[in-house]
Amino acid sequence: MEFSEDQLQRYSRHILLPEVGGKGQKKLLAAKVFIIGAGGLGSPVGYYLAAAGVGTIGIIDNDRVEMSNLQRQIAHSTKTLGMLKVESAKATFEALNPDVNVIGIAERLSKDTIMDLIRDYDIVVDGSDNFPTRYLVNDACVLMKKPLVSGAILKFEGQVTTVVPGEGHCYRCLFEEMPPAGLVPSCQEAGVIGAIPGVVGSLQAIEVLKLILGKGEVLKNTLLIYDALKTTFRRVKIPTNNECPVCGENPTIVELQDYEVGYCRTAS
Amino acid sequence: MQDIKVDKTINIKGLVCPYTFVKAKLAIEDMAVGEVLEIILDYEEASRSIPKSMEDHGQKVLCVEKTNDTDWLLLIRKVKE
Repeated sequence: MEFSEDQLQRYSRHILLPEVGGKGQKKLLAAKVFIIGAGGLGSPVGYYLAAAGVGTIGIIDNDRVEMSNLQRQIAHSTKTLGMLKVESAKATFEALNPDVNVIGIAERLSKDTIMDLIRDYDIVVDGSDNFPTRYLVNDACVLMKKPLVSGAILKFEGQVTTVVPGEGHCYRCLFEEMPPAGLVPSCQEAGVIGAIPGVVGSLQAIEVLKLILGKGEVLKNTLLIYDALKTTFRRVKIPTNNECPVCGENPTIVELQDYEVGYCRTAS
Repeated sequence: MQDIKVDKTINIKGLVCPYTFVKAKLAIEDMAVGEVLEIILDYEEASRSIPKSMEDHGQKVLCVEKTNDTDWLLLIRKVKE
């Protein structure tokens, strides 16, 4: 494939980079990334991946845009209030870059659908806001050997980690079981500063781009913790757990489970 | 300089930075190691910046020559993938 004149201009700052070049840009255009959630994290992740020319972006969310989202969910706007988030996000990302095909899925992710949904994608990004989804996505990615870039935010703190099945830790190596319902507050209960998902989602987007390009080092066996009040980044080493129930030597989780037991559905 | 075999020529007259280097880089990416790229340009700054950037990217600059009042000719050998 040859670049059009528009593409030469649009991607010139990528092509100039030795780590990207024309070949890397073509990899980005051919890449398929699936984003879980079109909220605080999914907005900047999708926005920057679209800007970078990631050719196919799948995004799943069954919520509609609410006024309370707009303090941090930058894919949406006052004009898209009430619209399905995936439709609002698709319009935003495709307006930024018409090279990108955004596939919006207005469903709630479930153990019965996730495998088929992510099968054709190269990389999965978790921008979900609840533990059942986080564990469902982790287990599905490990079972299907899909790289997963996971992000989480609350109050003034954010976390990012990258799971490359077979090469490093998974989310369950870090936290084997979900915390009991109600122990960890949601953003809805505890609040979140508006720019935090921008920082964490941008870090996730960079992880995805590096995975596609095959350049640099990703957050394998590492949890990156950002404290916005102190303005600090901490890297915490996460050893691969040989006894991990999903990615260990003798896994007890060999198929997806019921993740919702004891949990109620909360909005973001 | 005439004894150097040129494998590909690009004419980027009329282009300014950074598109001068973008075009040159895309051209050399598609070539094999050992081959020589000839670049004809008329944007003076690029006669300095392209050789420097090519060297930064690990390629070998064989020739930088002003050929007339407006044009420069560069010869770059690809030595690195």
